[in-house]
Amino acid sequence: MLVSYDLVLNALIAGILLGGFYAAVTVGISIAFGILDIVNIAHPAFIILGSYIAYLVNSQFGLDPILTSIIALPVFYVLGAMVYQVYYLSFERRGQDALRGLAFFFGLLFITEVLLILVFGVDYRYVTAAYIDWPPLHLGVIDIPMRMLIPCLISLALLGTLQLFLSRTFTGRAIMAVAQDQLALKLMAANPIRIKRIAFGISIATAAMAGAFLIVIQPVEPSIGREYIGRVFAICVLGGLGSLPGTLIAAMLLGIVESFTATFYGPSWAPAVSFGILLLTLAVRPAGILGR
Amino acid sequence: MRSLPFLLISLAIAAIIFVIARLLQNDYVFFAGYTVLQFVVLATAWNILGGYTGYVNFGTAAFFALGAYTTVFFHKLYPLPIPLLIVIAALVSGLVGLGMGYLTLRLRGSFFAIATLALAVVLQTLIVNWDFVGGSRGAYVIRPREIPILGSYIQYLFLIMLLLAVAAIVTARTIERSRLGYGFATIRDDELAAEAAGVPTLKLKLIATMISGAFMGMAGAPFPYYIGYLEPSSAFGLPYAVNSIAMPMIGGTMTWIGPVIGAVLLGVIQQVATVTISSAVNLLLVGVLLVVFVVIAPNGIMGLFPKRRKKSAP
Repeated sequence: MLVSYDLVLNALIAGILLGGFYAAVTVGISIAFGILDIVNIAHPAFIILGSYIAYLVNSQFGLDPILTSIIALPVFYVLGAMVYQVYYLSFERRGQDALRGLAFFFGLLFITEVLLILVFGVDYRYVTAAYIDWPPLHLGVIDIPMRMLIPCLISLALLGTLQLFLSRTFTGRAIMAVAQDQLALKLMAANPIRIKRIAFGISIATAAMAGAFLIVIQPVEPSIGREYIGRVFAICVLGGLGSLPGTLIAAMLLGIVESFTATFYGPSWAPAVSFGILLLTLAVRPAGILGR
Repeated sequence: MRSLPFLLISLAIAAIIFVIARLLQNDYVFFAGYTVLQFVVLATAWNILGGYTGYVNFGTAAFFALGAYTTVFFHKLYPLPIPLLIVIAALVSGLVGLGMGYLTLRLRGSFFAIATLALAVVLQTLIVNWDFVGGSRGAYVIRPREIPILGSYIQYLFLIMLLLAVAAIVTARTIERSRLGYGFATIRDDELAAEAAGVPTLKLKLIATMISGAFMGMAGAPFPYYIGYLEPSSAFGLPYAVNSIAMPMIGGTMTWIGPVIGAVLLGVIQQVATVTISSAVNLLLVGVLLVVFVVIAPNGIMGLFPKRRKKSAP
């Protein structure tokens, strides 16, 4: 097969942009699953919820979807803190988080999806924003669509902010510590439950922004979240649990591989890529790229 | 009760159910009953892995669809009788279960759960891209109108599912009371301690995954004949995964009777709700019941009744 240089270069750029977006989708799971060890498989459902809130505000008031998501951050934070409180009281405290905790999040995933279907129907929804209609940037043979570039850049900013928060502030360091030694954390005068609640709140808050990115990039319908379950966990495991730089690298890798698959084999094959990567990682190096 | 008398009693109950259903002279009873029985098989199969060993499988739909698409494949190639298709479906989905378990069961339990979720998406991608079995357009499987002896074909399908349900329940109960079942229980209670005590945990987990997956595939094999038209999004529907988890969780995961109670209860509620309200609302109902039960009644309906006599420790 003769492959043109332009096509490869464009697929590579598209993959990097897609990867930036995947990083925002996964960062919540990196915190919840990677750091707190809470297998929140309902995370994609929260992302779709974020998409629909962006859609609702955008279609009613014409507000920019990403700006909406930034305003919605506190709401999602409180939602996350509440979910964690229920999770803690019902499962973690009783020490039966494995089986029932998973079923709990699976139920949440399902309830969110069905509620969205009942309220909005199964039609694809999309948002309008000035930059979505801007012509793509032309750099030589490369085309950079704005609807991909802007989510990618804001996503990188989000990851950078979170990494600074986790490594520089007391609360951030306490979040990194809570997975390692809860007793030591108590001795530092930090309540592990409170720290975990904050961390889970942040994890769900990122879903608001990821949801807005998603609906800027493509039209959204309620069950689309399922496609992201495999992706987010593949990225999270590949990057190394709990490492944000690892998450970013893995997201870029998956984005590039998916982009090449879509370009050369057809987009209907793309969902299988993440699973292949997940299985390969689990079989070869379960600790991931930047894992401890 | 020993296994043989239990098998005979189960068969007798199945025969009574079938006779009553025939006496009602209403085909809808068979259509609705088939769905409920299908859930009895799926819930029991899920519980063999999920309830006994404590490993959560979110990929019920994947195994179910494997069985269904095995039928579609042979229907296009050379139509075989349904009992034979069920055996083939059991082999296919049992092997897929084994392979998946082999790759993920050595790691922490949650990895297995995530991998099963992803498996459903990937198998769906494969089926969507496989034109021979209909691809994304779906495939028609015309069921014959009549069948010798029984008359209507739906009664034949109902009978098959009834026998499958008996097979699944008897298998689950036999496992529960065998050395295998005690091995499974040690994995659920403390895998590390079990390993240290010399229980071959990986082998046992693989056996559980294989049996569980095989029964899910068997439940799916007659499905194309039941539905008439099979498309990937219906065969891989999330409702199968949710129901097969919700039913044992609501009924109780520790014994074979829990999933049966959960499946019959939820199955009947859903049939009624689908007819009287709407199918989206009945799915919401399942989700809400699942969350409410795991939060409030962690041991399901069976856990609400205090045990009369204490079982001797295995």
